[in-house]
Amino acid sequence: MNRIEQGALAPASPLGALPATPDGAGSLVGFRTLLYKEMLRFWKVSFQTIAAPVLTAVLYLLVFGHVLGQRLQAFAGVDYSAFLVPGLVMMSLLQNAFANSSSSLIQSKLMGNLVFVLLPPLSHLEFFAAYALSSILRGLLVGLGVFLVTACLALPPVNAPVWIVVFGLLGAALLGVLGIIAGIVSDKFDQLAAFQNFIIMPATFLSGVFYSVHGLAPFWQWLSRLNPFFYMIDGFRYGFFAQSDVDPRVSLAVVCGSLVLAATVAIRMLASGYKLRG
Amino acid sequence: MSIPAIEARDVVKRYPRVTALDRVSLRIEPGEFFGLLGPNGAGKTTLISIVAGLARATSGRVTVMGHDVVSDYRTARRCLGVVPQELVFDPFFTVRETLRIQSGYFGLTRNDDWIDEVIANLDLGAKADANMRSLSGGMKRRVLVAQALVHRPPVIVLDEPTAGVDVELRQGLWAFVGRLNKDGHTIVLTTHYLEEAQQMCERIAMLKAGRIVAMEPTRELLARLSGVKMALKLRGPLPPALAPQVVEQSGDRYVLKVAQPADVESVLAACRTAGSQIDDIEVGHSDLEDVFLQVMSDPAQKRAA
Repeated sequence: MNRIEQGALAPASPLGALPATPDGAGSLVGFRTLLYKEMLRFWKVSFQTIAAPVLTAVLYLLVFGHVLGQRLQAFAGVDYSAFLVPGLVMMSLLQNAFANSSSSLIQSKLMGNLVFVLLPPLSHLEFFAAYALSSILRGLLVGLGVFLVTACLALPPVNAPVWIVVFGLLGAALLGVLGIIAGIVSDKFDQLAAFQNFIIMPATFLSGVFYSVHGLAPFWQWLSRLNPFFYMIDGFRYGFFAQSDVDPRVSLAVVCGSLVLAATVAIRMLASGYKLRG
Repeated sequence: MSIPAIEARDVVKRYPRVTALDRVSLRIEPGEFFGLLGPNGAGKTTLISIVAGLARATSGRVTVMGHDVVSDYRTARRCLGVVPQELVFDPFFTVRETLRIQSGYFGLTRNDDWIDEVIANLDLGAKADANMRSLSGGMKRRVLVAQALVHRPPVIVLDEPTAGVDVELRQGLWAFVGRLNKDGHTIVLTTHYLEEAQQMCERIAMLKAGRIVAMEPTRELLARLSGVKMALKLRGPLPPALAPQVVEQSGDRYVLKVAQPADVESVLAACRTAGSQIDDIEVGHSDLEDVFLQVMSDPAQKRAA
């Protein structure tokens, strides 16, 4: 007879009593576990989630840096390839922070295993924080990877590292949170792909990754200033060159405002159970 | 009176186009083995989802071990283990990782002894370090059961646990769930296999179109609604007086329902009087399936609820 039939399981818990007590009431074990699980998820496929975006960024640098490098000078006295590095770092960081939370959520929804996270006693804030933090981490890892590799080819100066770290963190947080919203709202992969292809991609590409908006016609300059991604990249680049298209304090305010807005929307969605708890 | 394992009071769940649950109330006592039956779309899974916090009731209140599933969801969810209907899994992890992570979600870090015990009891030992993706359907089902047990919940809900599961595993699973029940766990089961419900459940609720249409101890339900089933093979016509009792007919074979064993005699007498010779006869108790069909087709039952 196999063990499943013997069922030698000890009495689990006496009637009426609580089940196994967690390690201290109000402990963050549940949150920490969800964060760990989310990190393990991308780490187990790090070739795809970290190495691949680094390679893509290097290809951008090689091709654009080589083709445009002789013709363009975005900032006075700055080599075009060096100018490109911070933009590429930030673009990869933003895209991967978004991809992390959004694809994790949509995969779990489609495979049905989101139920494992919805059944336990996790609050909506723990849920939010775990998905946002793991996305920040992946964004920063990819950003660091891109920087380390591209810096070997064209090293930009580092003038104000605090601004670099602040904009890197805030950018990853904003996109991680937008990824949570996109993952909750989307019911299918193609809806998520639409988010990625029609909002995130154009917004990053048109934010001044490859150029300084000062080189644009007034109308396009004006349009660029409506794009929150522009401020993230501009502020991030300020940390390297101590030059920027707008005052970095303005960029900081715009990015912080966007983050607060996005986080409020995401937390409200999670609190109400929108699309997750029918 | 003890605190009920699960209590639902006037639970209503309305979707834009349909009312999935219409004022459902029930009380499941600690230690019970309770069956929730009903055709597809009757609201079984909706009710379970509300108990588990996977869906929110439009109105009404649900508690698990006395804890409200909305206002005191943390305690309510710690008291509840749910085996979902769909064969879901996380393809990134092994069996052991899956169970450790699930423990962590419930706030448990030092839970390896219990995880080992659950793994051993569900015969998952050989696959403990295999990736979830590589497991057969039956093995994945066992992992789902194990996941529902990692935090030792006093109340366990199994939503159609044996759908698409082979006979051997089904029997093993029932023996195991039976043990859990003997050890004091409350078990709530939804199933399409009425035979299983009849064997396992002490009490049964039947749902139809979002309402409870029957709820009583399995034995009483069978006694009250089933009666005796008679199959007759007749040479000659069926006496017209017996026509209302016919529940099934194929050619000259009739299945009749009579209220009690003593009534068998009057059926035989009626046939004799009509001059129809009986070629074959079978008498037996009807089972839960008959009761189920009867309840589901009887409009009076709906009103009675």
